[in-house]
Amino acid sequence: MVQKRRLRVMVAKPGLDGHDRGARIIARAFRDAGFEVVYTGLHQTPEQIVDAAIQEDVDLIGLSSLAGAHRYLFPRVVEILRERKAEDIMVCGGGIVPEADIPVMKKAGLKEIFTPGTTLDSIVAWVNANVKPR
Amino acid sequence: MALTFDKKVFEDIKKAEDRWTEKLKSLKVDTCERLERFSTVSDRPIDRIYSPKDIREQDFDRDIGFPAEFPFTRGVQPNMYRGRLWTMRMFAGLGTARDTNKRFHLLVKEGQTGLSTAFDMPTLMGYDSDSQRARGECGKCGVAIDTLKDMEDLFEGLPIDKITTSMTINPPASVVWAMYIAMAENRGIDRNVIGGTIQNDMLKEFIAQKTFMCPPIPSVRLVTDTVEFGTREVPRWNTISISGYHIREAGSTAVQELAFTLGDGIAYTQEALKRGLDVDDFAPRFSFFFNSHLDFFEEIAKFRAARRMWGKIMKDRFKAKNPRSWWLRFHTQTAGCSLTAQQPYNNVVRTTLQALAAVLGGTQSLHTNSLDEVLAIPTEEAATIALRTQQIIAEESGVANTIDPVGGSYFIEKLTNQLEEEAFAIIQKIDDMGGMLSAIEKNYPQQEIADAAYRYQRQVDSGEKTVVGVNKYATSETIPVEMLELDEELERLQIEKTNRIKEQRNSARLRECLDRLEDSCRSATNVMQPLIDAVKADATLQECCDVYRKVFGEYRDPGIY
Repeated sequence: MVQKRRLRVMVAKPGLDGHDRGARIIARAFRDAGFEVVYTGLHQTPEQIVDAAIQEDVDLIGLSSLAGAHRYLFPRVVEILRERKAEDIMVCGGGIVPEADIPVMKKAGLKEIFTPGTTLDSIVAWVNANVKPR
Repeated sequence: MALTFDKKVFEDIKKAEDRWTEKLKSLKVDTCERLERFSTVSDRPIDRIYSPKDIREQDFDRDIGFPAEFPFTRGVQPNMYRGRLWTMRMFAGLGTARDTNKRFHLLVKEGQTGLSTAFDMPTLMGYDSDSQRARGECGKCGVAIDTLKDMEDLFEGLPIDKITTSMTINPPASVVWAMYIAMAENRGIDRNVIGGTIQNDMLKEFIAQKTFMCPPIPSVRLVTDTVEFGTREVPRWNTISISGYHIREAGSTAVQELAFTLGDGIAYTQEALKRGLDVDDFAPRFSFFFNSHLDFFEEIAKFRAARRMWGKIMKDRFKAKNPRSWWLRFHTQTAGCSLTAQQPYNNVVRTTLQALAAVLGGTQSLHTNSLDEVLAIPTEEAATIALRTQQIIAEESGVANTIDPVGGSYFIEKLTNQLEEEAFAIIQKIDDMGGMLSAIEKNYPQQEIADAAYRYQRQVDSGEKTVVGVNKYATSETIPVEMLELDEELERLQIEKTNRIKEQRNSARLRECLDRLEDSCRSATNVMQPLIDAVKADATLQECCDVYRKVFGEYRDPGIY
């Protein structure tokens, strides 16, 4: 049997927001869960994130935002993926996202939104259940 | 000079304690405790009880003493809150300068005694509202400031010659401060009259808050320019607010917050000394900013330890002679990261406890978080409750009637000693690495904080640390809170305003001013006066910052996790 390749996940910080505590914790939890992790570091434009995701051949992009700009930045990443014909890369998001924005984010193409209080194990379990190596 | 307990008294107490310990053994108390291990939010183990044995070596004069006297364990002012209460300074900023001006007026009307400005992300990072990098972020988590006109609108009708203003701004701190000075001068208020604080602490940006623009060395050079200029020209201004707040929010322990903050203070002092300034000329204008987190007693002890440590650092290490240089004056903000989106009304209680710890710790100024601050910028109602929390502590609870009411508690004094000792050990480690700049280069503080943050998250996930309403006492129903909605049009309106100003200005004069700023950056002469001239010629925030980026280059996040 062919060994399945490990999941490749990208943790990305779009925009100018510097709150990276959550993103870095998630990146560690993904690494500890056995995924291959690419962390973009801070202050990435949506274009830079998509370029890196395609280049690194990731299966999932996890976006983190805590400064209120998710409404523009999250959908913009999905939009650029479509423009680049890379919409098979799944996108999810996390951070300070008000309840009312979640349906809007999902409609824009984000697969899931994780809000404060979500445990690391439940996020890892969601990834294992929903993301398959491409 | 005397030990708190002389030998005879101590021996008697020890006998009594030994008897008590034996009694506990017979009662098998160890087997019937609620937890296997009791610890603080920073994972510091806590004993069953504290007694004279824990402060056996304590010397009252040397370690505790009296307020406004070295080593300042009990406070920096001789009568503390019996003279004047701490400054109630609510951090506020939203939308445009006019929106924030309205919020400032409301807070002053409700009894706030100082102003504190939150800027939006583009302003914090040195971009104007019309920059492509600003899309979706204009006015979102603070006020958008592009030009001097925005600064004038922000403080319209506010008595800036009487009230002090704090501005949480870092990479573009020099530019924003230049705008504030220019705004005051345009109103006919001299620069030696205005009082306030710019955060201007770039080292903790690389360590924790992560708003950075230029690399560490030129960043610190710009900080030193403001220190030098303030010392000479703006004597009532606190030129740096050396900040532990963000270090703690990024996940550090209490000891790490203490050590890295004071470590940054040491680095700024060293840089100013290299510039040829006298320590007693600039050190009295250094101020500090700490977090007040969940663990009540550990936080009180942290504030007391901070004062005593800075006093020793200034007096013994830097040989400062002026007692004012020995003072650690600090602002406190309650811990944003402790608030929960679930059951948000509980946040009022958390904030109350944290605010109380800050007051018992002797803070000079305080921001209390609003219950909805974990979700969005606070509504007027939520911000008012947060201000009322301070007023109740100040004027109803009675805790401000006496100085350092917890001083002398075995537990508090022991914790204060432990925190000091451990923080000094970390500072020694930083010294051994060649100072804070090289420790940052080696990612030492960043890595230590990331490790502590991850450890804490795992403890919360496993239930070892309780978060009420999240991992315990959770309910499935969501409790609705009213949330502030910003005008979707504000981004367009702000861009139009900035563009109008750009069209109307004298471009030859502007060019000349920006060239002078560039020369000053390259020739290592102080940038402040060229900046003041440039913003008076309507140079935008980004235009000034672009000069910095051009001369000094840009810093990129190494992306370590």
